[in-house]
Amino acid sequence: MTLLITVFAAVTVSILWYNRKNDEMQLGTLMFLFWGASIMWLVDALFEYAELGAEYFAPEAADMLNDMFLGLSVVALALVIWLVKLLFTDPKGTVRMALKKQ
Amino acid sequence: MACFLVSAAEAVVVTAVEKVIEKKEMADTATENVSSEQEIKIPLSRKLKWLSNMLWGGVVLLMFEHIWHGEVVPWFPFLTAMSDPSEAAVMFNEMATVGVCMALLISAVWFIMCKAADSIVSRKAAETKTQEG
Repeated sequence: MTLLITVFAAVTVSILWYNRKNDEMQLGTLMFLFWGASIMWLVDALFEYAELGAEYFAPEAADMLNDMFLGLSVVALALVIWLVKLLFTDPKGTVRMALKKQ
Repeated sequence: MACFLVSAAEAVVVTAVEKVIEKKEMADTATENVSSEQEIKIPLSRKLKWLSNMLWGGVVLLMFEHIWHGEVVPWFPFLTAMSDPSEAAVMFNEMATVGVCMALLISAVWFIMCKAADSIVSRKAAETKTQEG
């Protein structure tokens, strides 16, 4: 479930990156973050599948819920990392302008 | 257990190499040592940045997963498996198999991505030349 949620996040961000007007939102960073994690979890899933076989696709409801909760937390963490980087590098100068006003 | 540490080690090396190459490329640009053929190529430092972003992204998110499962803790020795020799052996085995495969697959994906990017850039350059001619 964690892998699935991360892959969906990676695909969504990749589509947003492809349709972007400019690089101001730094979507590339977020895209690589999700793809990197997706590839690593894919390897993890393949090893688990090799060990468990078909049982891998029939997880317990409690495990699935926990994995879903983890997947959503992972997406939230990645978004926070990206947002902090975006605000710190401030490519549009919005933060700097807001700070100068005060 | 600690499979992400292999990719973390690769990420450190790639980031260091990327910084060195970036400096060299900037020095080359400053002295105008760049040929016209190099100008339409994607710089190696930029390609290495893609790899380091993928590696660091994967490492951070997988470390979070390990914290979630109680395999990484904020006190020494940081990995719960290290406190038991038999569990440590399992951990090292996992690093040698799963960890190495993770690093290899990310590197392979990056290599294919670089080849595809080079082909797209050269195709665009050829199209522009045909339109101009």
